[in-house]
Amino acid sequence: MHFDVQQIINGIAVGSIYGAVALALVLIFRSTGIINFAQGEMATFCTYIGWTFIVADRMPYWIGFTVALAFAFLLGVGIERVVIRPVERAPELAVVIVTLGLFTIFNSLSLGVWQSLPKPFPTPFKGGAIHVGNLFISRPHLGVLISSLVVMALIFAFFRFTKVGLAMRASTLNPTAARLMGVNVDRMLMLGWGLAAAVGGAAGIFTANLILLDPNMMGGVLIYAFAAAVLGGLTSPVGAVVGGLLVGVLESLAGTSSFIGSDLKTPVAFVVIVLVLLIRPAGLFGRTRVSRV
Amino acid sequence: MADALLEVEGVVTQYGPVIALHGVSFRVDRGQIVTLLGANGAGKTTTLRTISGLLRCTHGHVKLHSDSKELVLSKMSPEQIVKVGVVQSPEGRQVFADLTVDENLEMGAYTRRDRSGIKKDKERVEEYFPVLGQRRGQAAGTLSGGEQQMLSIGRALMARPRLLLMDEPSLGLAPLITREIFDIVQTINREEGITVLLVEQDVSLALQVSHHGYVLTTGTVVLEGSSERLRADESVRRSYLGY
Repeated sequence: MHFDVQQIINGIAVGSIYGAVALALVLIFRSTGIINFAQGEMATFCTYIGWTFIVADRMPYWIGFTVALAFAFLLGVGIERVVIRPVERAPELAVVIVTLGLFTIFNSLSLGVWQSLPKPFPTPFKGGAIHVGNLFISRPHLGVLISSLVVMALIFAFFRFTKVGLAMRASTLNPTAARLMGVNVDRMLMLGWGLAAAVGGAAGIFTANLILLDPNMMGGVLIYAFAAAVLGGLTSPVGAVVGGLLVGVLESLAGTSSFIGSDLKTPVAFVVIVLVLLIRPAGLFGRTRVSRV
Repeated sequence: MADALLEVEGVVTQYGPVIALHGVSFRVDRGQIVTLLGANGAGKTTTLRTISGLLRCTHGHVKLHSDSKELVLSKMSPEQIVKVGVVQSPEGRQVFADLTVDENLEMGAYTRRDRSGIKKDKERVEEYFPVLGQRRGQAAGTLSGGEQQMLSIGRALMARPRLLLMDEPSLGLAPLITREIFDIVQTINREEGITVLLVEQDVSLALQVSHHGYVLTTGTVVLEGSSERLRADESVRRSYLGY
């Protein structure tokens, strides 16, 4: 296969978006054991909120961005409290169905409120491509890459350096012990959903920076994010980010290679999922759970 | 007569339709080490989980006699119970395996806001358990069983308990390590004035370190007395304690 450095650069930029969505999936999965199938559609909905503020209300980009993320956070918190909490102890399949229901609801809401016509989303990263030798990266791609890395770094810093972040990690590891230390574990779960929705929302806006905003925009992204999360190991936030970058590069290379091509590049994500599950089910960074019986 | 810190009165706790505690009553006096004894399934752990608020009792109540007021623990959430100073070191240690020793201790102080006090208490815990100081940056899951037990107790101490609940600290540990841990618990009780409610299967050891004991069988208290008396009474030993 022709190994194209230029394709790798493009792949990393798109991969940072997959990484962010995968991170959102992992945040929820490791604390609740749920895959939130609605993550992408929630992100699209929040991106429309951002679009309304930035384009319709002419808010400065970063203020609109922040407001949209705050909205996403509250949306995540609300969904956990109102929709997920009641089915917390239900069989996993029931919870999966609930998130699929949320998928449909948010997809229809976006379509109903903002119509299906794709909308351009303004980007603060304007101007031509940046050239280094005969390689180049477009400014929107570079901007998205840097911003999503910053968002992810902030999340990691929150978990690593704050008391609430520590309590959230503890609640994930051992909810009972966390409660015995005085942690309100339910509140931590709400917070986890809020953070995941905010990270997802950021990824939605970054996606809209690169392609047009439409109600089904995150469908393809979510599939690659799943592949990224599985590749990184569903329980590892670092794995999600690394998996996202790897999957982005893989997609980019597959899309331009002569025997796969852009028509067949979506199945690449599924091939990744199947191969990882066959060869290394715990993913690159995931931990195999060993339990004594 | 010493004054009661904790009063458990007629507590009934159920797991779904299964009744685990049939009206348990006992008291823990201030400054003492009190032990709950009994065979597997007698309801010792259930009792501690009820006191900590992880389980709700359907009848009876748990009361804590705080400085001036009476707090009904059985109506409070686990978070509130920790805040009023009733803290548990649970069965099987339950340390946060992927967090470092230091982070585990930080978690113990979760309900507290006094930075400098927390720092001082961390130093104090590391004085009682020097090995925790040496392993500060290590993941708790990599510690030996005895070290994890020490961490579990240290973590509970970080919450500044007035009543420390300990569930089976000797579980799976070598006798020598158990001995060492109990020595420290006695020191903590004596020097810090922390009252201890100890659930333990090693009956003879528990009666050596405690002041008072209660014997539980299938969810009720069948016997109580000073640890000295329980230890001496041959028939009690044979019929209830089985050693």
